[in-house]
Amino acid sequence: MTRIAPAPLAERSGRPHPLAERLQSVPLFVIVALVLVVTVYPLVWMLLSSFKTADEFSGGVIWALPRTFSFDNFVRAWTVGKMNLYFVNSLLSVIPSLALVILMGVGAAFGLEIMRWRLKTSVSLLFLLGIMIPIQMVLLPLFTMYFRAHLLDTRWALILTYTAFGLPTTIFFLTGYFRNFAREIIEAAVVDGATIYQVFWKVVLPMVMNSVVTVALVQFFFMWNDLLVSLTFINNPDLRTIQAGLLNFAGQYGQREWGPTFASVTLAVAPTVIVYLLLNQKIMKGLTAGAVKG
Amino acid sequence: MERTLRDWRAITVFVGPALLLFVVILVVPIVWSLGYTLTEGSVIAGFHFVGLSNYVRLAQDPAFWSALWFSVKYAVLVSAGQVFFGLMLALLYSFYLKRSSVLVRTLVFLPVVLPTVAVAQLFVKLFAIAPQYGFLNSFLHAVHLDDLVQPWLGQGGSAFWVIVVMDVWKAMGLYAVLLYTGLMDIPEDTLEAARLDGAHGWKLTQFIILPLLTPVIVTSLIFSLNGTLKVFDSVLALTGGGPGTSTTPLTLYMYKTSFSYSQYGYGSTIAVALTLLCMIVSLIIIRRSREN
Repeated sequence: MTRIAPAPLAERSGRPHPLAERLQSVPLFVIVALVLVVTVYPLVWMLLSSFKTADEFSGGVIWALPRTFSFDNFVRAWTVGKMNLYFVNSLLSVIPSLALVILMGVGAAFGLEIMRWRLKTSVSLLFLLGIMIPIQMVLLPLFTMYFRAHLLDTRWALILTYTAFGLPTTIFFLTGYFRNFAREIIEAAVVDGATIYQVFWKVVLPMVMNSVVTVALVQFFFMWNDLLVSLTFINNPDLRTIQAGLLNFAGQYGQREWGPTFASVTLAVAPTVIVYLLLNQKIMKGLTAGAVKG
Repeated sequence: MERTLRDWRAITVFVGPALLLFVVILVVPIVWSLGYTLTEGSVIAGFHFVGLSNYVRLAQDPAFWSALWFSVKYAVLVSAGQVFFGLMLALLYSFYLKRSSVLVRTLVFLPVVLPTVAVAQLFVKLFAIAPQYGFLNSFLHAVHLDDLVQPWLGQGGSAFWVIVVMDVWKAMGLYAVLLYTGLMDIPEDTLEAARLDGAHGWKLTQFIILPLLTPVIVTSLIFSLNGTLKVFDSVLALTGGGPGTSTTPLTLYMYKTSFSYSQYGYGSTIAVALTLLCMIVSLIIIRRSREN
């Protein structure tokens, strides 16, 4: 990355960039349409393909519309493909992890930013270290630990890992928020005789609820979309989470059975798409804020 | 007041649980992993001390160097692609679509939140050749370019590009929003003054906007490199690292060494190399941006 220095005047009055000129003559709506097609069409194609029968795949054109809107593929993905089971498994590991990471994260951020103690900078830096470390670095010792504690092939292995790995970003995001927090309010509450716990529960928590929701959304996507952790610690097919299950299903049937595969992929993306469509502005803000600070 | 905020019991209650879990699940295993690099064996077979021989093996292992090369090549190309297309989109949002860009921004951002495994399955079908043509091959066939029909994911060279295209497609919306936010922070007066001086279109971008946007671009690149060096899901779900080992990044090489071959010592050594790579990249970029 070299910074572009202001060029001398002679150069500035040089000829315009040929590509830029050509780009400016393309009608704007063509560019926007192209962007939308590239982004959205693959997903539309996926959804439409979920309704196609085997004959339509082998005999028809790949981008033709489905002849009927039958849900057979979805039913097969849901039952034969065990997507129903994987959904439940994912929920049962993601929801407790989310609750834990939020509870611990808000508490830690409050303790690190509002409370006064000597080692708080060092502890903050320690948490920060967690953002830089690739998960591969701790996979093997964790595997050994869970093996010895008989936690392999249990949801606890996932919950502990998701929660610990969610903490650094959660704490980082929330300490940033607490930094701009009106301390006068806390001081006023303390002067009024509230204990620190009352301040936390009754004053601080309601005020940061908005940020907590944003953080929870970001963490939800990380956990729900995880593959590596669940692949490593879960061997039992009946405990697989949705991503590991999908990988397996697509590997087994994906070659031959296109319809059910498309349906299972559609099912796997459905929750994230629904959550996103409902709360997109918040999610965009949350994910990009993480990038700015990370 | 002071006393309430310095209450060590309360501090323990607030910070203790998070710190304990974090130390047990993350900090201790990092040190433990470093210890593993000096041993050979697995949790089942037991461990014995082998000194630095894993590091010697790493330096002489052609599979390691090719995985490293794949990781670096992939990270540089994908990060450049993500940030470049993100920048183009951000310029489109702010100078053409103006305030009405919300819908386009939202739609282009959608792939960011989709599970990688699912997106990979979709791309497998887009680029398939057997048992029937996928989207791209069907299209090539329809426009009579049958010479170009090929097993896109079955050849190391083209499979690499499919992975790159997928990951750029998936993440460019994030960088578009990030850079768009940066563009919004450029004061309107600055742009107005430049326009009065006769800077328009490309010149305005080149001499005014890009220099002002450099910090955000650098942040985006760091963030992107940090993610792309750790690529795992995309590769595993698209190609499984194949054909052969032609699309195997460090992360997958480490995974296979550790869990397919149960070589904990050597697997940890690869993990250490990966971690160092991530840290070096972050530090170099941060220093470069400080110099500027």
